[in-house]
Amino acid sequence: MLNRRRFLMSTAAAGAAGLVASHFSPAFAEGAPQIQVFVPAAPGGGWDQTARTMDQVLRSEKLISGSQITNVGGAGGTVGLPQFINQWGGKGNSLMVAGMVMVGAIIANKAANNLTQVTPIARLTGEFEALVVPADSPFKTAADFVAALKADPTKVPVAGGSAGGSDHILFGLIAKTVGVPAPSLSYVPFAGGGEALSALLGNQVAAGISGFGEFSEQVKAGALRLLAISADKRQDGIDAPTLKEAGIDVELFNWRGVFAPPGVSDADKAAMITLVETMAKSDAWASECKNRNWTSILLTGDDYAKFVAEDSARIEAILKDLGLA
Amino acid sequence: METLGHLAHGFAVAFSPTNLLWCLLGTTLGTAIGVLPGLGPALTIALLLPITYQVAPEASFILFAGIYYGAMYGGSTTSILLNTPGESATIVTALEGNKMARSGRGGAALATSAIGSFVAGTLGTLGVAFLAPVVVKFALAFGPAEYFSLMVLAFITVSAVLGSSSVRGLTSLFAGFVIGMIGVDLQTGQPRFTFGMTELLDGVDVIIAAVGLFAVGETLYMASRRYAGKDEIVPLKGSLYMTAAEWGRSWKAWLRGAAIGFPIGAMPAGGAEIPTFLSYAIEKKLSKHKEEFGTVGAIEGVAGPEAANNASAAGVLVPMLTLGLPTSATAAIMLSAFQSYGINPGPLLLTTQADLVWGLIASLFIANVILVILNLPLIGLWVRLLKIPAPQLYAGILVFATVGTYGISQSPIDLVILYLLGAAGFLMRRFDFPTAPVIIGMILGPLAETQFRRAMTISNGDWSVFYKHPLSLTLLTLAFIGLVGPHVWAFIEHRRRRGPEHVPGDA
Repeated sequence: MLNRRRFLMSTAAAGAAGLVASHFSPAFAEGAPQIQVFVPAAPGGGWDQTARTMDQVLRSEKLISGSQITNVGGAGGTVGLPQFINQWGGKGNSLMVAGMVMVGAIIANKAANNLTQVTPIARLTGEFEALVVPADSPFKTAADFVAALKADPTKVPVAGGSAGGSDHILFGLIAKTVGVPAPSLSYVPFAGGGEALSALLGNQVAAGISGFGEFSEQVKAGALRLLAISADKRQDGIDAPTLKEAGIDVELFNWRGVFAPPGVSDADKAAMITLVETMAKSDAWASECKNRNWTSILLTGDDYAKFVAEDSARIEAILKDLGLA
Repeated sequence: METLGHLAHGFAVAFSPTNLLWCLLGTTLGTAIGVLPGLGPALTIALLLPITYQVAPEASFILFAGIYYGAMYGGSTTSILLNTPGESATIVTALEGNKMARSGRGGAALATSAIGSFVAGTLGTLGVAFLAPVVVKFALAFGPAEYFSLMVLAFITVSAVLGSSSVRGLTSLFAGFVIGMIGVDLQTGQPRFTFGMTELLDGVDVIIAAVGLFAVGETLYMASRRYAGKDEIVPLKGSLYMTAAEWGRSWKAWLRGAAIGFPIGAMPAGGAEIPTFLSYAIEKKLSKHKEEFGTVGAIEGVAGPEAANNASAAGVLVPMLTLGLPTSATAAIMLSAFQSYGINPGPLLLTTQADLVWGLIASLFIANVILVILNLPLIGLWVRLLKIPAPQLYAGILVFATVGTYGISQSPIDLVILYLLGAAGFLMRRFDFPTAPVIIGMILGPLAETQFRRAMTISNGDWSVFYKHPLSLTLLTLAFIGLVGPHVWAFIEHRRRRGPEHVPGDA
């Protein structure tokens, strides 16, 4: 049966891809725990990379003997979240990677489940955003941009990621802070960073907002000008003011963190916080963060829970202004 | 020439025994995953990302590039033999390729697709090596207005697949628009046609739709006609490979396909599907064997689109290597692999990482050679698939389609969608509605809509952007000529024959 042989061959190839991936680094540390990581997104994205980098660092630091990563992608994480809540409840060795994007998706999609139903463990990383313009733009500073926005927001098309995502939220926050009504904004959403970038390089739009890492190389090469970043303070090696320094009182990190399922014991929760905290303070984690333009913004346990609640409220308010919630 | 020196150095990097092995592994794996619908190169490379912690950057990029090119080869095999496209770029290949396979020319279809892929892949890679800086400038000149006009031009291609009745064809096309609109609207974030189901927020995967409508629909149709004694599959008629006449019909199509595929692939929102549609339409228009299209299968209709999709795969690498712009899912994942090495892909990549980039380009040439060597001898084996008795063959196709679909997202909802569309495909075949326009509508509809709305947002509601930009105007003019030209021509011919005094009422 040739068709069966062929079918088996392709299945074997698919399996081989998985095998190479999961067994490439041998498990060390006998006796260390095994963990399960739930990624509510397809392989390759930011949450998936967070999970796989965690796996790598936890293993090399001999904190775990191995981990199993499950991907359930879709709709900004709102397809995976109910599954994590309903099917993973009480599993003390499990973590879900999530972040600000999911908070936005829960609100925009009017999802039935939200992050108060899972157990916050730790906020790990954040990517601050950047406001950029093409190199030959008349805007030299963030103040120029704001002045033009105030004069006529419809004349200042701004490119960024999908509607209601972190880029759109930041644009809404900036406009709100400087007193420009959100519905008048001209926001041009693009599906991927690459498309938004090419619209900027091709002078199709007036400005762009995205994660700093998406733009950093173009800024270095002089193709884009960096007006401001959304970090809390000036960053080493980045020659641009924060939005606050530029007179726009906004701070935003596209944060990513981990959550345990609902119904885990206090002991399991404490052990998980310790494990993640140890990892996040290791040199290996620091160097991975540096490679990937992630800022380590560690926050654990109850402080993290409080942060998630506050951030959800802030995002909900701005999405309402933008007409998305 | 400086480029030649770089390229020679690149070959020195790629020709090391270990790197050759990585290339072989990548191309083999790529061919295999291309065959399986659902498991595409982007997902495979994403699963293999942890390899970047273990091996040198050159080795992993050579592996990834092999997978990427290999998938483009493998995807056409199932399209041709089983009418089950493995990748969205090979959907058009199924149209003529499967017809050829049924009339005993499956070997020739596979051969023209493999050799065409080789020719176009090599030309495309040469384009990456020598033309990248020029092409990228042209590609960046494409804004939303230009893309929309390109989509309008692509819509003209629909007429090539409408079939005998335009009413039925257009019905199918609009059904495709509706399916394509399911999900969250990118521009406003609002869900459309999701009926409150979270699983539908990301829309319906075009591969699932193609597999459902083509493969499952066809299988159900065959099952219903089991004893009608129609639609006999002829496993092999004449030579296994291409005849001289088939070579003659193929080579021009390869070159035209490559010429269309490479620049569109290099455009940040170009993709691999649109060049295959355009190439198909052009081949059908230029062919001297129009009667073979849609009946016994025309080899140009396989050769052109196959060349176009491989050339566009090379084109995608242009913005990635020159500007660090990821313009396809696969390119985006390859860029994140760069980051795990601490290499920041950007406009400076070519100067700071010359070894890596030229090694990668050289390995693309090698991958192409390995792939054609790997694929040609396999043709004899693949064609024998068609000798399997129909019940077993179609049962196999169903299993294959189901497993592949489940592999895309491990979502049971996707399986439900697959079989619903399969049932729709069966009814469409039963009542003689063409299925290809549904897929074209699904791909082009949302793209055209997005680009149109982007252009209007940027221009603040001013329609003139579409004709004030010279590129956009050129494309719209081409589309207009493509649409009206044949009718005007026919009208003139008609008048000449019937005399000027008689004006037909329906003209």
